[in-house]
Amino acid sequence: MTTSFIHPALIMIFGAVFLPFVKGPFRKPYLFIVPLLTLLSVVYLSWHPGVYGVVNFMGGDWTLTFGRVDRLSMVFGFIMALMAVIGTIYGLHVEDNWQHIASWFYVAGSLGVIYCGDYLVLFLFWEMMAFASTFLIWFNKDKGALAAGYRYLLVHTFGGVVLLLGFVLRYQATGDLSFVLLSEENAQLYTWLIMAGLMLNAAVPPLHSWLPDAYSKASITGAVFMCAFTTKTAIYTLARGFAGFDILIVLGVAMAIYGIIYAINENDIRRLLGWEIISQVGYMVTGVGIGTALAINGTCAHAFAHILYKGLLFMAAGAIIHATGKSKFTDLGGLYKKMPITLFFMVIGGISVSAFPFFSGFVTKSMIIAASFEAHLLIPAFLLTMVSVGTFLVAGLRLPYLIFFGDSRCSEETWKKAEDPPWNMQLAMITAGFLCLLVGSYLPFLYNMLPYPNVAFHPYGGYHLSETLQLLAFTAVAFVFLKKKIGARPTISLDLDWFYRKGGQIFLWIATTPVQWLDNCWGAAYRVVGLYSLMTTARFWSWFDWHGIDGVVDGSARCVRAIGRRITITMQRGQIQQTIYISVTFAAILLASYVWL
Amino acid sequence: MIIKIVDYLKERPGPVKFSFYVAVAIMVVWSIGGVDTHHAHTWAEMYIPGFWSLFGLAACIVLIYVARWLGKSGIMTREDYYDN
Repeated sequence: MTTSFIHPALIMIFGAVFLPFVKGPFRKPYLFIVPLLTLLSVVYLSWHPGVYGVVNFMGGDWTLTFGRVDRLSMVFGFIMALMAVIGTIYGLHVEDNWQHIASWFYVAGSLGVIYCGDYLVLFLFWEMMAFASTFLIWFNKDKGALAAGYRYLLVHTFGGVVLLLGFVLRYQATGDLSFVLLSEENAQLYTWLIMAGLMLNAAVPPLHSWLPDAYSKASITGAVFMCAFTTKTAIYTLARGFAGFDILIVLGVAMAIYGIIYAINENDIRRLLGWEIISQVGYMVTGVGIGTALAINGTCAHAFAHILYKGLLFMAAGAIIHATGKSKFTDLGGLYKKMPITLFFMVIGGISVSAFPFFSGFVTKSMIIAASFEAHLLIPAFLLTMVSVGTFLVAGLRLPYLIFFGDSRCSEETWKKAEDPPWNMQLAMITAGFLCLLVGSYLPFLYNMLPYPNVAFHPYGGYHLSETLQLLAFTAVAFVFLKKKIGARPTISLDLDWFYRKGGQIFLWIATTPVQWLDNCWGAAYRVVGLYSLMTTARFWSWFDWHGIDGVVDGSARCVRAIGRRITITMQRGQIQQTIYISVTFAAILLASYVWL
Repeated sequence: MIIKIVDYLKERPGPVKFSFYVAVAIMVVWSIGGVDTHHAHTWAEMYIPGFWSLFGLAACIVLIYVARWLGKSGIMTREDYYDN
């Protein structure tokens, strides 16, 4: 290990461990400085690509690699560390140290995965992410959060086990633990197992239901962290191990469509944003599946932009829940008068995700669609364009309309409580909003970081501008006429989590109803058959004991007594010489038999 | 300031709508007449005037109706469905 290498995750972990000892006026600066130091160390690493932190483990049989710094890990490491700074600023007002500790361990897990070079280290940090983020759900005291946390943990434990199974099988077959690009031609069972384990974290259907479920139940700052790290870390691992796997194109497009359709029907703000994460991550999964240099660049760029604007949207949503305590469209509406600054940032986030010119989505999403066209994948390209129409419909129009405009559905109490968030939340939103604009307007900032720097892409051509503006304008036209169709409705939409949520209830029902019935029957049968036969048997033994055993025992006792009496009468007549004669004869017989035998 | 702008626009729904449609019309005219489509990826983009306008409108309507149809087909249910 070279001395200049300090793993960025280590800074977060030490920062988290020492946080409880930092008190008073030092606490807030400390909360700011630790993620900032992490960001600086990530930037420092990006100037020194190479492989660091190679450790021999278990007597040198295995080599663990903690620090693989190349262009792919650099861009992801940078955005994760940046988001850690923004997220921590957003949560500065949170007094509970445990929330910060959980978030920082979560970030450390993500950074550890990004810089790792083998499956063992990957797995270690992968599980660290899963456990730390579970606590971000449990810190929310709302109804249902505890159960949602358990569901999240169970699903991710399952994913972790699948991943473990995959790389252990691979180790058995090849003796190799290194985390590198796998071969599609020689795909084995372990290839698909590893892919499934990673895909669960990327929320690829049918392994996606945990995402809207968990993110809508997390604590306010917890959700801001969660929306950035789990899925995009998984995208990094997919880009590392599975670039060019055709099946990812199909799955990616499917999840993009699936997510946006559920988002259109959704009534909870954070569930809607969660569905939209699934939809946007679908673009990235498609990009990984296409696997060309432009597509991988597009995936990384879109992940980068996505973390910023989705973080911004979750921060704005968090500001609304923080102020009003409500998260459903049916309880909100018309709030622009009370929360204008939140409105402003939600719109910035909305137009960034919708790919408005000069905002981040415009220069990143188009890269994946262009890569798709260039690879002659016309159907995926057109379908992804359709989804980007849906994205504007949901995040750019429906979301702000139902919260800030239109009729107010707020109760008097909600209306009274609604106000813009405290300064630290606003500062975090300003930072994220500014970065959305920077990414979209100053191309070298992001494009120079991408894994393939020599691939040229020019988003600001006349044709691309005209295409985007037409799509956006006519989405808005359709929204004007059809907005009643996608209004606020007090419903939830059933999804594949039905199987394990209702499955659990069915299990409980089976346990309480048929199994209980069987138990009752058994009890009755036992009472009727078992107890009767037991009593009968007991009576028999009682009789036997009385008449049999006692008879024998009493009989022998009586017999002994009778014999004794006879002996007394015949032998002990009180004459001493006769008694001595009998005794000596008896002793002589004993002695003779002893010697003779 | 933001509140004032929103209030100002809300008080004038007619002119707002009118200027929105005018902007859309100008944009469409520019897209059909002023943009070089020779480097587009597909035949449809090159030869159907305002292809992306039609595509955007159709895509939006399709998505909304598919979502509504799916919702009504039994996917959407009461909020306390899982609570019992």
